[in-house]
Amino acid sequence: MAETRFTVNGDEQIVDMDPTTPLLWVLREQLKLTGTKFGCGIAQCGACTIHLDGTPVRSCSTPLAAADGAELTTIEGVASGDGTHHAVQAAWIEHQVPQCGYCQSGQIMSAVALLRDNPSPTDADIDAAMSGNICRCGAYGRIRAAIKTAARA
Amino acid sequence: MGKWTRRGFIAAGVVSGGVLMVGVGIREGHRAPKLADMMTEDGETLVNVWVKLAPDNTITAIVPHSEMGQGVFTSMTQMLADEMDADWQTVTFEQAPAHEAYANYPLGREFLMGDTKVPGFVQDSLNGGFLRIAQSMGLQITGGSTAVRFTGMGGMRIAGAAAREMIVKAAAKSWDVPARELRTENSYVHHIASGRSEPYASFAEQAGKYSPPTQPTLKTPDQYTLIGKSLPRFDIPAKTDGTAEFGIDVDLPGMKYAAVMGPPVLGAETVAMDATYAQDMPGVIKVLDKGSFVAVVADGYWQAENAIRQLDVTWSETGAESLSQTDVFAQLRAAMADAGDKGKEDVAVGNVHKATDSAARVYEAEYSVPFLAHAAMEPLNATAWVRDGKVDLWSGLQNPLAVRDEIAGATDSKKSDVTVHNVFLGGGFGRRSNPDYPLMAVEIAKEFDHPVKMIWSREQDTQQDWYRPASVSRFRAGLDEEGMPVSWDNLFTQKHDPPEASHIPYKIDNQLIHYAHVDHHVRFGPWRSVDHTQHGFFIESFIDELADQAGMDGYQYRRKLLQHSPRYLAVLDAAAQAANWGRDVPEGRGLGIALVDSFGTVVAQVVEVDVTGPEPKVVHVWCAADPGYAMNPDGFVAQIESGIIYGLTAALYGDITIEDGAVVQSNFHDYPMLRMSEAPEISVEIINSGAKVGGGGEPGTPPIAPALANAVFAATGVRVRSQPIANFQEGLS
Repeated sequence: MAETRFTVNGDEQIVDMDPTTPLLWVLREQLKLTGTKFGCGIAQCGACTIHLDGTPVRSCSTPLAAADGAELTTIEGVASGDGTHHAVQAAWIEHQVPQCGYCQSGQIMSAVALLRDNPSPTDADIDAAMSGNICRCGAYGRIRAAIKTAARA
Repeated sequence: MGKWTRRGFIAAGVVSGGVLMVGVGIREGHRAPKLADMMTEDGETLVNVWVKLAPDNTITAIVPHSEMGQGVFTSMTQMLADEMDADWQTVTFEQAPAHEAYANYPLGREFLMGDTKVPGFVQDSLNGGFLRIAQSMGLQITGGSTAVRFTGMGGMRIAGAAAREMIVKAAAKSWDVPARELRTENSYVHHIASGRSEPYASFAEQAGKYSPPTQPTLKTPDQYTLIGKSLPRFDIPAKTDGTAEFGIDVDLPGMKYAAVMGPPVLGAETVAMDATYAQDMPGVIKVLDKGSFVAVVADGYWQAENAIRQLDVTWSETGAESLSQTDVFAQLRAAMADAGDKGKEDVAVGNVHKATDSAARVYEAEYSVPFLAHAAMEPLNATAWVRDGKVDLWSGLQNPLAVRDEIAGATDSKKSDVTVHNVFLGGGFGRRSNPDYPLMAVEIAKEFDHPVKMIWSREQDTQQDWYRPASVSRFRAGLDEEGMPVSWDNLFTQKHDPPEASHIPYKIDNQLIHYAHVDHHVRFGPWRSVDHTQHGFFIESFIDELADQAGMDGYQYRRKLLQHSPRYLAVLDAAAQAANWGRDVPEGRGLGIALVDSFGTVVAQVVEVDVTGPEPKVVHVWCAADPGYAMNPDGFVAQIESGIIYGLTAALYGDITIEDGAVVQSNFHDYPMLRMSEAPEISVEIINSGAKVGGGGEPGTPPIAPALANAVFAATGVRVRSQPIANFQEGLS
């Protein structure tokens, strides 16, 4: 075991766990941040997407060691400090995007990263940024519309 | 069975004889002390089982269904609140606990009384003993697109209307005015002439003393204030900030984690297990051989999963070890050959043989579909805590009440000692109607004093499923001089549910629809729209072939055969018009159409496909759907969109194959899903025809595969008779 230090949603964390443990399980079981979801374990579905130093990563396939000294953001940290929804979250509600909702944390994390880097994405940009996130309820059309709404916000 | 009356539906608690407990929409609180204990806080009056009225005038609808993305909490509450003239701003809902009193009584009533068929997979469960019909009508199932059409129409609306009438009656007594002079709005009673207004809660105590009305008056559509509106769903905000609690998110003090592994060849049992290495791995607490599966319990899930992959398990031989995908289809075709002309009869109208023999010509074709897994986003999981003679189970379940009964049976507990806590389902699609996984969690947890959360890997979720069956269907049609069918002879395999899935909407005078069956160890499970998913593809592809044989356009050919049904015609026309059917499309593109009536909702879809790339790409889907009346239009549209993507994923890519008796696919890399870049634009038009209300969750799925296959034919001249359709060109080389 070794201590790993990082921040999650601005809070400092020191974790003493096997550094090969995927971040997903550290977040969910150790830090009780269960908004980040397990879907496939092999970086195929995107349900576990978080930001590591601002970059969207699949936490199921990112070892704890990779977080050493990093700033992590999860779905729980997307809204502003006073609880105001991020523009992406507001657009998700406006377009009534989620159905079962299980994939949506990952979808939102991918969309937030997309819009931060590219404030007015084209359809092709959306395809490229969002095709790593599977939605079995098939909310793709609403996700696309919500991203465009959030881009205008 | 006791005589069923309208009065019984509303007022009776139990049908006599001790055989069946078919429930009621409304009960007086004092007759159901157990319910009162469970659902009411001090000062609340339990007006009926589906609605609570609190002293602060807030109204809570109690919804006996599971939320798996279909917006059921909202649509059910909306239906109740409208009939009750409730203030939507102060209406909330609770999910009913798994208790007999909340069993899906309207569903049971329809089943028992036979005025509408309950989806057959429910019946299967009954026959299979999952539900003890002998003891109680233990239905609390979410599936078969039943929520709105049974619980909503037969339960929530009547409950709301009856509650309102009782409140009005109480107000009339209190104010000493005729009830007909009273108006209700936004959870208030008004007497215009005297200018009096009081909240509903003022009359709750008095209302609770009345027997419920036997036949409360329901609103007509022109009186709706909430039904028919796209009210935002209750559950959506929590699904955008990570706070929505799914089964996998349950957290309990002292909880440990379990990984599981089932036999590669379904049905096998353990013969030996070598855990020498696994049991010393970090965090591992215990390795369990449960016969039908093995488990590792550890401090963390990842530790458990790592360890279980190091177990060396020997599984028993079941005789299925040599079965391959080729064998599966060979068996199906052999069963069809054995059945010959004498498959089990499904539909027999006129004289097919005579009509075929005397037809101008005969046309035949054979279709097939592969096994499919459900692949819900949330891998199966359940958390169990077994201690002090009690069992608690947390999970996302499509039939929590049946699971409670199963657990009671498996642990030799009283039902009252088993508590099932149902939470959000990360997708269900039929998979979460099976009690296998919660029972496994209980089997593991009973070895410990602390709670255990069992999580399936995606690989287990894919390989230990209950599958949409592989099936073959063969058609033989007699055609007249114009190419119109005079006979329809269809022999297919693997009939499950619903029974009418193989029936055709078209008017053909001579029909013989019959089937053969092969028992596989690759076990059957209801998969979104159940048999409609394959029969939609079979029937709507073959009718398209007949159109082509007649030299006619597929849309016009269907129209000719649907003249008896204005409802079908209206839906078909709407989809065709939305798609601007008949227009010229660019080279490499094609339009295809299909129509399927399932779960009481008629759906037509037109697909525009582009075949210029390596795989066919669906550009746009135009859909017209007639559910009779859409309670929450945007919610209904979302369900149809979802059904289309789910069905399109299966049609393009879905292919569970069997080698050496085992499922080959394991995760999304080899069981691919449709993604954003492949998702078509979808346009949905709702037709509120006023027909009996149909379902929303499933009817979007069946037409998409044949509409796509027909579009591929239009674009390429290649007829696709098997799935997955993404591979259609492989068959050409």
